[in-house]
Order: sequence, then structure tokens, then C-alpha cells
Amino acid sequence: MRSSSLTADAIVVGGGIHGCSAALHLALRGLDVIVIEKDYIARHASGLNAGGVRRLGRAFPEIPLADAALKRWCSIRELVDDDCGFESSSQIKVAETETELSTLRDRCAAVRSIGFNHEEIIDQKQLRSLLPAIAPHCIGGIFVNGDGHANPFKTAMAFKRKAISLGVRIYEHLPVTYVDRFGTNWRATTFNQDFEAPIIINCAGAWGGAIATQVGDNAPLEAQALMLMITARMPNFVKPVVGSQGRALSFKQFKNGTVLIGGGYQGRAEPEHNRTHLNFQGLGANAQAAAALFPIMQHSNIVRCWAGIEGVMPDAIPVIGAGREQGVYHAFGFSGHGFALAPIVGRIIADLISSGRTDLSIKDFNVQRFENYLFSPGI
Amino acid sequence: MHKIEMNVQPLVTIFYEDEPMQARQGDTVAAALLARDQMIFRVTPVTGAPRGPFCMMGVCFDCLVEIDGATNRQACMTPVVEGMRIKRQNGAGETGLDIDYDRNCQ
Amino acid sequence: MKSHYDIAIIGAGPAGMAAATVASRQGADVLILDEQPEVGGQIYQAITRQPIKDKSILGNDYYDGQKLVDAFLASPVRHLKGATVWQVSEEREIGVSLNDSARILSAKQVIIATGAQERPFPVPGWTLPGVMMAGGAQVLLKSSGLAFSDAVFVGTGPLLFLIAYQYMKAGVPIRAILETSSSTNRLKALPHLPSALFSLGQLLKGRRWIKEIRASGVQFVTNVEDIKLLGTNQLSAVAYLHKGNWREIQTSNALLHQGVAPNINLAAASGCAHSWNNQQLCWVPQTDEWMATNIPGISIAGDGAGIGGAKAAQYRGRISAYRALYNIGKIKEAERNQLARPSQQALAKEMRIRPFLDILFRPSEQFQIPEDDQTLVCRCEEVTAGTVREAVALGCLGPNQLKSFTRCGMGPCQGRFCNLTVSQLIAKSRGVSVTELDALRLRPPVKPLLLSELANLSIPETEGA
Repeated sequence: MRSSSLTADAIVVGGGIHGCSAALHLALRGLDVIVIEKDYIARHASGLNAGGVRRLGRAFPEIPLADAALKRWCSIRELVDDDCGFESSSQIKVAETETELSTLRDRCAAVRSIGFNHEEIIDQKQLRSLLPAIAPHCIGGIFVNGDGHANPFKTAMAFKRKAISLGVRIYEHLPVTYVDRFGTNWRATTFNQDFEAPIIINCAGAWGGAIATQVGDNAPLEAQALMLMITARMPNFVKPVVGSQGRALSFKQFKNGTVLIGGGYQGRAEPEHNRTHLNFQGLGANAQAAAALFPIMQHSNIVRCWAGIEGVMPDAIPVIGAGREQGVYHAFGFSGHGFALAPIVGRIIADLISSGRTDLSIKDFNVQRFENYLFSPGI
Repeated sequence: MHKIEMNVQPLVTIFYEDEPMQARQGDTVAAALLARDQMIFRVTPVTGAPRGPFCMMGVCFDCLVEIDGATNRQACMTPVVEGMRIKRQNGAGETGLDIDYDRNCQ
Repeated sequence: MKSHYDIAIIGAGPAGMAAATVASRQGADVLILDEQPEVGGQIYQAITRQPIKDKSILGNDYYDGQKLVDAFLASPVRHLKGATVWQVSEEREIGVSLNDSARILSAKQVIIATGAQERPFPVPGWTLPGVMMAGGAQVLLKSSGLAFSDAVFVGTGPLLFLIAYQYMKAGVPIRAILETSSSTNRLKALPHLPSALFSLGQLLKGRRWIKEIRASGVQFVTNVEDIKLLGTNQLSAVAYLHKGNWREIQTSNALLHQGVAPNINLAAASGCAHSWNNQQLCWVPQTDEWMATNIPGISIAGDGAGIGGAKAAQYRGRISAYRALYNIGKIKEAERNQLARPSQQALAKEMRIRPFLDILFRPSEQFQIPEDDQTLVCRCEEVTAGTVREAVALGCLGPNQLKSFTRCGMGPCQGRFCNLTVSQLIAKSRGVSVTELDALRLRPPVKPLLLSELANLSIPETEGA
């Protein structure tokens, strides 16, 4: 005998950083919000990512959002009563050849042409000054002052705590089995409890494609296992977060001396079982990239490798905005770079719900761009 | 350390903190150091606390020393070899790079 | 060297050697990998070159292993020595490090025989230099003929008494033995005594060790309620609480032991399911009567499948080998059953003593879950019991989240020396059983790899598996 539905003004499916951010921002506007999370807050990509907070290198549609997000990161304590481990350590994308540097120059110019000045070209001398441990053959790069990194888990917990303090009800260990219309409401069904609200927000990450389908939108999402590895503690030798133009690499050293290496190499994801499998060939290539840019890494010890389950869209930018049907909103599919955007996307979703519009341009993220996309199974 | 009567073992010369010492072939670095009552092998990177060998089977990672320039080597899993150079591990070790971290990396 | 084998066996202790001998004799192409320079595992460590002259010190149980070793050495097995296996994937790709160079090998069947490790013993001061695990002291004795003079032995379990007995036979002075198991264990163990009597020989042997140790005049204290290991940069004294009074013994060496538990890291990282055994207070892999796990082609033999001792390990090794041979078509089902039956029967007999021993030597809660908040539970990252309790109060649900809250479990030992403590501590703080926690997710590499090894990883072309 099922008890009656729990109702709210809005239901958020998915308790990652985007789900928590959306819930928090709605609660700030006085809405009564329920978050339903199939495992526990930040169990997946939100808790396992590299924590990068950057404008550097983003696809153009994302740049205004990243810019607005960074401003929020700098005063994140005002939003969630916690510094979230945010450090404005700067980010650098390194060029190893003239061709790469030339590509970076073009990029820099293009970014400036749309009104953003944060990306700066640096030469070899400047590169070596900023990164004393960089390999001698590297000739320059793009430098972004102000970019940095934060602590994913700490951030998620802070958003969660703040949301709860504002009255958000969070249900964990409760997978949503399906979503459908029930009268004028959307209904989310779980094994022992139904939830109803006129508004439903799909923040289901790598599981967002299925939810999208249930609420009437086509979202050809692929669940990918993006791999990361971390070393034993090393003496501190690098502050900025480092990427590479010619190689898939993201490289950062924490204050405690451990070095986190990523770059988007894929393992194998089994989202239905919450499992990922590592691919040591990919990790090997990742290791080569790290050693190529930072020769001292040859002697470092890799103590752990892992992979989170991330939702990736075919065009590698997220789905943000209203769905086709009344009351449906999406914020998922961040394709490996959603963490930094969470403080702004939650606000955008709250804008859309409370006033129907938002100041930042989100047209490129609309789910309808996939209307005619051939859906590929295998989520 | 108490030494039990043993069959004769060939000896090798190894270096500990640049001082030469004799070690029995077949012994691990940990055994060789313990044999001369060396209990402290390293200080931890977290608090600088002194540590020595603990489990002697390669699962506790407390016996970490620097061997022939390489850090984080498990002394209890490494057999002594003639000419081996062993040093105490100081926290996270050294990179060999001359970097003034706080000044340079702005 | 070849990169593909019929059967790969990880670990050359009794289980691994037995499995390798059986499998190779039936014509399988067998590779055995072990971190050590020679066979023997922990129990028969250094048996191929045992330096100690007087055989009565290590005792018959040790030298009995020679038969197993001889049979193994006479078998056509490829033995990779000094090889650290850091992964076994679901597809049975084996990541191995040898001389700072890593490669991937593969096999049709894998038998994980990585054995057991000693349980953690989290008491104040347990990280001080001069404090070691008693099993570690036994390794030193067997492979180097070294012993600690005037050490204080602390804890419980057959291995503690065996080592004390071996020290006594070797003429090494023992300062004191402080036994920490509860006297009520004896009463609780009584119902299982009849089963244990099937191994009467073992029981009497254990009793004889204790009797002789006591007769030798060494200070022997039972029902010790609490322990503190004291010293600044090194151990200088052991303090113990007995019958309500604290006493101190000056010493620079303490040898701790409160039992052994399966070393689960490789098997768990391979995807093998484990369950919490509340009697034994450890994780045990889920295996069937053929030592098979939930991962096709991967089985677990020896103490890694559940603590049983050297003989049980050999029987399990043989059983898993027969199954592997059957799986690759070297023997038929009827032959497999016939060949394995004597080992299965012997294994059942050998395990009868276990419930009795498990209860008799069950470590007491205060030595599993430190009451003193200052006690370190994670040696690698120096995280205290108090920090873990605070994390639980902040909403930390289990060992996986604990890594993010506190770094506990993020060090190089990958939970080997903290997982048992932390799981019980979190469960108790949350008021739930350990089984309700999200168990620690273990991943390859199960031992650290040099980045240069990973960068130069040698992977063979895909061969027909």
C-alpha cells in the first residue's frame, strides 16, 4: 500500500553538484524543492572529478557562463558558507611546437573578438617563470589569471548543507524508476514513494538521457568513464593548473603535494551497475603526456587511479534550459567540464523557472538541438 | 638485535646515509638496517613523524626509504645488492629541482 | 617472455605452489607470479635457503613445507620472481611490475593466492619506531635469523604464541607477553570445542607452546584491558591496564598481533565480491566449493579465501587448479570431481577447528575500535579515530566518503591497515552493522606504480584468449 505522493514546487532528479545548485537557487527564491538522488550526494562525477575551475579553452557558448561562474567562485562563501577549497591558482595551456603556439594565438584572438580578455599568450620566458619545472622544449602557451581549482567533494557537501538549511528536502539512496505526467504535475516514481510537482528538473548526469526521454526530449547522451590518477606526495613544484594544446592532459598539484593527472582518457562505464573499468593503455598515454611536460614526474609514484561516470553529449557541451513540455528543465550532460559551471547554472535554472528568462545566453545548450539526432542506445 | 646462529652467508657492501656497511646477501634492506639497530627509516610527509618498518611484508608502506636516488621504495621488499645506496626518506622526498615554490609560482 | 598463459597464479605460498604443481602436471601452461625472490609466501618464507642452523627453532610445521616446495620445483611451471601484480582485470589481463618496468600479461584462468595479512592493532603509539607486527618479527627471524631482544609481545592469536615459542627455542629473551583476548572467549568457544577436537594435534600443540612459554618464566599477563605504547621518537615503554591498574614495562621493542585477515585488495579490485564476516571481523571473498568467484575465470585459493592455515591453503590451491583445468578443457568433469574429492574432504576436516579458534582468539572491541580519539587509525595519512568520528557527525556514511572527508584510506597502503578499523568505527558511530556500509571501493593499481612504468607500459597485441 503506497503512501500518497510527496509534493513540492519543484523536483530535482539527481543529487550531484548541479542538482544541489539548482535546488539551492530555487530555495533562495522561496520555492519548496525536493531532490531525489539514486545513490548519495556527489557519488558520481561530482565527487570524482579533477575540480578544475576554468574559463580557459572552453567552447565559445560556455565562456560567458564560465566567466559569470568564476565571479561566484571568488565569493563562494557568500553563497554556501564555505570556501569550497577554491584557489585562484591560474591555469595554463602549454604549447610544445610553433604550430601549437600558433593555434593558441588564433584562439586567443578569437576569444578577444567576442569580448573576453582573460586568455593571454605567454612566451617561453614567461612560461618558465610561471612553471619552473616545465620541460625545456615547451615554447609558450595561454595563461589565464584568476582561473584555478576547488575541492569537488567539499563543494558538493557545502551546497548540500546550504540547500538543506534553506528547507530543501533531499532523498538519497532512492533511484527514480520513471518520470511521467500525472494531471498537471510531473510525477517521479521510486520503489516506495511517489513525488509530484509542476516542475521537474533533470540533473541526472550520466543518467540524464533516460530522464530526458521520459519527459519528452531527445538527448543522445553517452555515459563515459573519464579516468584520473593521483600520485604519492611530492615536494611542491607547481601552482597553476596545467593543460596541453597537443596532448590530452590536465595536471595539478595540491597543497599536500599529491599530483592529480587527468585528460579525458576513457575507461569503460557501466552506469547501470555504478561501475567503471580502467583502461591502462589510456592511463599509460596519460602518464606519457605528464612526463613529457614535467620530466620530474618520471620518478613519481601513482598510488591510485579511478574513473567517474560522466554524461557526454555529441557536441561536448551540456544541455541547459527548458524542455519541450511545460514544467521541464534540464541541466546535465556537462561532458567532463561541468563542475566549474555549477554555481551559475543553478542560478540560470532558477531564473528560467521564476521569470521565464535569464540574462546569460543559453540558446546553444537547448535540448531541442538534438530533436532529429539519431539516438544511439547503450546508456 | 639478537642474531641467531646461521649458516654462513656471503656479505655485500652497501651504503647507508653515505656510510659503507656490510649486509648479508639475501637480506632485505629493512633487515640489513634493523640488524644494526636502525629503527627509524623515514619521517612522514604529513607531520614529520619518525617511522620504521612495521609489517615486513610489503603491505604497510611504513618502511619507505630512498634507494639509489629513487624515493618511496619499500625497504622490506628490496633485497640488498652490492653498492646499493640507501638514505632516509625525508617526508615527500626531493625533486632535485631548485624551485622556490612560494616565490616563483605566482 | 610470452604474454599469454593457460593459468596464471598470483602468489607462491602454499596455495599457489599447490595449484601450480597440480595444473602444470596436467599439461596446462602455467605462470606463477610472486613479489618475493623465492617461493614460500609468508608461512614458508625463505624455505629454499633457510639460514638458521638449528631446525628446532622454526619447528616441524615450517620444514614440512619442503615437500610442497620440492614438488613445485620439479614441475614445469614458469615462475616470475620479484614480480608485483598490480591488477587483474575482469578479462584476466594481469598488470605486473618487474624491475621498475610494467607490462600486461593475460591468462585463460587466474587463481589469486595472495594470502593473508595481519590485522591492524590501533592503540596509542602504534606508529612509533620499535613497534612492529609480530608476524613481521617472524619474517625477520625466518629470512634473516634476526630477533628482537627483550621485546614485549602484545595481543592474541595462535601466531603470537608460535613466535614467542620460536623466540624461546632460539634463546631470545622475551620481556613480557601481554594477552589481550577476553577471558569470556573461552566460555563462548566451548560449544565449538567438539569440532575442534578433530584437530586435536593442533590444539595440544598450541597448549604445549603456551605451557612451555609460561614455564620458561617469562612474564605472562592475560586479560589485558588496554594498551598504550609510549615514547617520543621511538618506543620506550609499554603501558598496560590489568585488573584496573596501569603498569609500565620499559622496552624498545613491542610486537603486536591480533590475528590475520584475508588480503583482499587484489581480489576486490578485480571485481570479486566480498562479504563481511562478523565472527571473524573481516571481509571474506564469496567463493563456491571450487574456489570460483563471481568473475568468470578468476578464483581465489589459500588464506585469501578465508583463514585456514597452510594445509587448508594447499587443498584450496589444488581444488582451484582442478577447476581451472576443467574450465580450459584439460580434464573432463568426472575427472575433475574425482581428482578434487580428496582435497575437498581434507579441506573440510582442516576447517573444523576454525570456529573454535575464531571465537577463542576473537580480538576485543577496544583493540578493534580505539576509544581514545587521539589514536591513529590511518597510518599513511595520520588520521585519528577522533577525526573519523567527527566526519561521521558531519554526515560521512562510509569508508569511501571518508577518503574525501579526511584523506583516510588515500595513502599508499590503500586501506590495508585502516579499512578493518575504519569500517567498524564508522559502523559503530552510525549505529549500524558493517554490512550496511558502502564497502571500500578498491581499484588497480593495488600497489603503487612508477609513472615512468605506466608511461612505458608494454601491452601485447590481442591474442585469442
